Amino acid sequence: MWSYERRLQYPVNIKQRNPRLAQVIISQFGGPDGELAASMRYLSQRYSTKNRKVAGVLTDIGTEELAHMEMVSAIVHQLTKDLTPQEIMEGNFERYYVDHTLALWPQSAGGIPFNACFFQSKGDPITDMVENMAAEQKARTTYDNILRLVHDHDVCDPIKFLRQREINHFQRFGEALRIITEELDSKNFYAINPDFTADLCK
Amino acid sequence: MEGVVSRVDRTNREKLFACITATSFVLDDLRIYLDTHPNDQEALDYWRKVERVRNEAVEEYTKCYGPINSYDVDVKNKWTWVEEPWPWEGRC
Repeated sequence: MWSYERRLQYPVNIKQRNPRLAQVIISQFGGPDGELAASMRYLSQRYSTKNRKVAGVLTDIGTEELAHMEMVSAIVHQLTKDLTPQEIMEGNFERYYVDHTLALWPQSAGGIPFNACFFQSKGDPITDMVENMAAEQKARTTYDNILRLVHDHDVCDPIKFLRQREINHFQRFGEALRIITEELDSKNFYAINPDFTADLCK
Repeated sequence: MEGVVSRVDRTNREKLFACITATSFVLDDLRIYLDTHPNDQEALDYWRKVERVRNEAVEEYTKCYGPINSYDVDVKNKWTWVEEPWPWEGRC
């Protein structure tokens, strides 16, 4: 189970509202490389992962991603808090506003709703670790793209923290992949799912 | 509530909270490192050292300013968990 702590992993205190920026950053909540997809990916993959260390990495990184989702949501919330109808129109926020008012809803910057097809849970730990390493890089690129558009220090600061975590998680998943490959049968190297070793149809 | 808290007290509260944030992060980062390096003695020593500081800060904060975890709510005649600001509200 999980236990909620009444704190963010890294503080978010934004003074200046900016609905236009919120619409970009919301992609890291519900977009293709966002934190919701990240947490669901790792927390779904872990059950069939037989290597205990790797299942631990998936559990603990998946949990941290939930905290990142909360940070991104806090950023979007603070960027859109108490917007007036005029600010909504001027910030090109009206198309989001009409369906969700000022609530959080998981979607990409382009308005595409969150979809479980953003991630895989394949049941082959090599496949899954390679997917996870790619996912961390994609999220890092997205944060880079966001940082080019942000000039408010209050927003930059937590986004830079999140970007750094992607790099750290990439390293851990690289180690997880190495742990799995080290335990492989030499005849089975990269060829067959080590967690489901029933004979292949010859 | 906010008005009766003195400036000195608020500074102390912020310092304690910053300490909890920082030490928790060290442990969050160490946790995933230790998952793949379970025998790294230097990392294990660091965990023990930081965990002690974090536990003291959480205990002090909970006693003075209220719980961070709902298991630690001091239940008397009223449920106080929902009284303090939620973390996403920010300071400003």
